[in-house]
Amino acid sequence: MKNLLILGAGTAGTMMASHLRRKLPKGDWTITLVDRAPDHYYQPGYLFMPFGIYSEDDVRRPMSRTIPRGTVYREADVDRIDAEANRVHLQDGDEIPYDILIIATGVHPAPGQVEGMVDGDWRKNVHEFYTFEGAQALTERMKSWQGGKLVVHICEMPIKCPVAPLEFCFLADAWLQKQGLRDKTEITYVTPMSGAFTKPVASGILSKLLDEKRISAVADFAIARVDAERKAIVSWDEKEVSYDLLVTVPPNMGAEMIDRSGLGDELNCVPTDKHTLQSKAHANIFVIGDATDCPTSKAGSVAHFEAEVLTENILHFVAGEPLRSRFDGHANCFIESGHGKAFLLDFNYDQEPVTGTFPLPAVGPMKLLAESRLNHLGKMAFKWVYWNVLLPGLPIPFVGHKMSLRGKKIPPKELKAAA
Amino acid sequence: MPTKTLAGTPVDTDDEGYLVNHSQWNKDVAAALAAEDGITLTDRHWKVIDFIDADFKERGVVPGMRRMNKVGNIPTKDLYALFPDGPIKKAARISGYPKPVSCV
Repeated sequence: MKNLLILGAGTAGTMMASHLRRKLPKGDWTITLVDRAPDHYYQPGYLFMPFGIYSEDDVRRPMSRTIPRGTVYREADVDRIDAEANRVHLQDGDEIPYDILIIATGVHPAPGQVEGMVDGDWRKNVHEFYTFEGAQALTERMKSWQGGKLVVHICEMPIKCPVAPLEFCFLADAWLQKQGLRDKTEITYVTPMSGAFTKPVASGILSKLLDEKRISAVADFAIARVDAERKAIVSWDEKEVSYDLLVTVPPNMGAEMIDRSGLGDELNCVPTDKHTLQSKAHANIFVIGDATDCPTSKAGSVAHFEAEVLTENILHFVAGEPLRSRFDGHANCFIESGHGKAFLLDFNYDQEPVTGTFPLPAVGPMKLLAESRLNHLGKMAFKWVYWNVLLPGLPIPFVGHKMSLRGKKIPPKELKAAA
Repeated sequence: MPTKTLAGTPVDTDDEGYLVNHSQWNKDVAAALAAEDGITLTDRHWKVIDFIDADFKERGVVPGMRRMNKVGNIPTKDLYALFPDGPIKKAARISGYPKPVSCV
């Protein structure tokens, strides 16, 4: 028997196990998943918890319901990967040998990386919504909100789901209106980037939306420390933004185990071929999802498209063939804009998000980079799709891993550059 | 594409003043680019520029802040003191490399 070992049973790891269990003969290959958590979390749902749109039950399921049949699950902490010996050491002392290893350990918020962030005010007036515990704590804090300065803040890039902080602003604006607290609340969006988003066309449209919703933006803000006593964030060049409630996105780091194994970069992400998803250092180690250093969004949709490519490439690898399937950086993100509407972005390594229709030209039915009710329904329906289609590795109609230019309105300058 | 003469060398730049062709870069050009930002280059500046240069040649991208800290051993505080207001962008321009993009 040969062993295919997957570290991390989140979105990417679970999808890989689902795909590969169907493709690799059961008599030849054991598929083992290792994760430290007893539950699987629908991470896109955290955003909705503070506004009472989702409850804890919407975003959490026991692993026993998400681990694919025919695979082995080990709930354990990984101590380190010994890539030379093709073995993974667990913290309980056990070792698991592998023929092929897939690293799907993601990234997590690391608030300790910012001076003063976890002192004093943490989980009191300084919050994050990228973990289940963080979203729970923020939900409680929002219940007692009476108005004041709400600061939504990104520490540094890259982060997972780079649009989520903007969505938080838009949803907070709508929620505060309902509570009758909008006029008593000043919302400020603080980002280390030069604009609202990383890509120019989307950035222009989204900053206009911030203006319309009376959300002020502070750009080019590189945080040096949180001053909990004075309730302010301070930048390296001594700019200050004061808060009553700070909702921050801490630096995102890969698993410490990656660092202990000597396989990571400065963020503990694994240097990965951005097209084949093979690790650069070891031929039998593959990387998927947030754990890679690929220059595309850290997002579930990216992991979904990567999973299709990586499944094909692992089959090529098993057959001793060249890794012919290539990932193009395809990402597809809904942006909740409040009041039951949403935007949709579709882009890849080379094509920035533009306007148009999706997934079909003219017909849509969804609109790209424009606000619509249907986009919002798409985002809400996605929770069902996630649990019932994505994790079991079933295909989504009309949406392939290769980004399609059909339906996209590309500005003439870019078409020339692409030609 | 604008062309200008820096330290006696003609160089091509983009609209934001970043060199388009690194082969047109040398130490005198760096000093002239720094002067445009009101910076006089010292050994401490050169430690940063040399790291960016070596790292770009190895990886093909301008290193980010965390990489400067961890791999280059250059604290963020120093970078802000040496290259005020956006140290990575400024240091990249003076080093003759493209404007760093946070790509995701």
